[in-house]
Amino acid sequence: MAKRVLVIEDEPNIIEAISFILSRDGWTVHTHSDGETANERITATPPDLIILDVMLPGKSGFDILRDLRESPETTDLPVLMLTARGQTRDREMAERLGVTQFMTKPFSNAEVLESVRALVRD
Amino acid sequence: MVQRQLTGSRIRERRVDLGIRQTDLANAVGISASYLNLIEHNRRRIAGKLLNDLARAMQVDPSALTEGAETALLDQLRASAARDRASGAEVSRTEDFAGRFIGWASLVVRQDKRIDELEARVKVLTDRLAHDPQLATSLHEVISSVTSIRSAASILVSDDDIDRDWERRFHRNIYEDSQRLAEASRALVSYLDAPSEEGTASLSPQEEVETYLDAQGFHLPYLEGDGAPQRAPMLRSKAASALLADYRTRYLADAETMPLKEFSAAAIEVGHDPALLAGRFGVPLAAAMRRLATLPIESGHPAFGLVICDAAGAITLQRQVSGFGLPRAAAACPLWPLFRAFSQPMQPIRRDVQLPVDGGGRFRCYAIAAPAGAASFDAPATMEAVMLVRSVAPSGGPADPVGTSCRICPRSGCRARREPSILNEDAV
Repeated sequence: MAKRVLVIEDEPNIIEAISFILSRDGWTVHTHSDGETANERITATPPDLIILDVMLPGKSGFDILRDLRESPETTDLPVLMLTARGQTRDREMAERLGVTQFMTKPFSNAEVLESVRALVRD
Repeated sequence: MVQRQLTGSRIRERRVDLGIRQTDLANAVGISASYLNLIEHNRRRIAGKLLNDLARAMQVDPSALTEGAETALLDQLRASAARDRASGAEVSRTEDFAGRFIGWASLVVRQDKRIDELEARVKVLTDRLAHDPQLATSLHEVISSVTSIRSAASILVSDDDIDRDWERRFHRNIYEDSQRLAEASRALVSYLDAPSEEGTASLSPQEEVETYLDAQGFHLPYLEGDGAPQRAPMLRSKAASALLADYRTRYLADAETMPLKEFSAAAIEVGHDPALLAGRFGVPLAAAMRRLATLPIESGHPAFGLVICDAAGAITLQRQVSGFGLPRAAAACPLWPLFRAFSQPMQPIRRDVQLPVDGGGRFRCYAIAAPAGAASFDAPATMEAVMLVRSVAPSGGPADPVGTSCRICPRSGCRARREPSILNEDAV
């Protein structure tokens, strides 16, 4: 059965590109654009990996990550965090909160694909 | 000491301004031209009768030759040395340096000030880059567009058997994102090209207000008339304009309760005693002190300094008076009556203070700490201390020894010292 990736991102064209490259690689891709309801969405159908943007409407990626790590069901869920802000403090914040991998935009498709494959192994 | 050395430079300056030959001035006061030359080059001490004679011959008050700017210059030079102790600046010879090379000394001070301004500007720009929400949004927009374009373009280039629909969709996405990128870039450029606040970005809002008020002599004629007061001028930064508006509100209230014409006459009549003026006009002492500091000097009033601070000791407004250095960056001398007032709220304090300079540096200070603003049952009073400063003759009566700030104060054995002095290693 194909592994599931949930892309939480509010830029529709980025969602479309990521969805396309992951789908072509055999992943089942789900998407979600609203930060406020993201944790409910994850709890309802837990994916094998989350690609999480930092700046989201309603609730930031950092807050979503914190909630994930505080919940026993999702505490070990791999999270690849994407941000347009590459400052050290954002990276440190993500690491403190327990991110699995941190990637700054603009990323290459190959980088994303490689990371997803590395983070979710059979 | 500096007073004698710099006094020489002042004598020379005044003489040259008046177009008097050295020989003629020397003859007028009964000394040789060569001796006057030594005085003018700060090689001979001058005081007492000879100083008075020279002052009289040049139609100037003796104090104008001995007090004033040089004290501030020396304080600034010492502060410059304190910033960079590793430079090995000969602090003990500051007076000598300033006395003999006043132009170079002024240059050092000006450049140090410029460094301060530039450092402040760098900080402002750094803060702006790191925290400005508008800039962050613009950059986010640019990076998001670039990310999207890069991903879509990469798919189109590397995927040979892409479905026709997907191909069209990614072409459309690239087109949309390129438009978005163009707009975001334009917005970013126009934001970065916005008129800079050159010259004021380096000033704090408080400094901006004080610079403006200083240029007006702290007297605002447009708030004194009977007609409707004009609006406060806009300063460059919004924060400074807001502070100025607060100052203006208080100024207006003081001007209404102490009209200029009546207050000016009464001030001269009572020798500028703030307590007598407060009683006569039925206003709080602090208000009378503030009002005295706004009287125009050209109307025969002495120059007053004014310092206002909050209960945390932060100086919220200051008007400089010649010879009494008010530190901007460093903490002020805790022995000032201004701070003492907080230990005796509502109790007026009048003290003569002596700064550590020869031949001058004596000031009369009036201070009081009192609640600022309206009283409330629901919140503690916000206290504020006000100190009015006036230069007095060097001789006569005891005076409290005070300084400007610890780093440039040479006093030994000071019970209030908070850090060593760069002027006197024994001053601990």
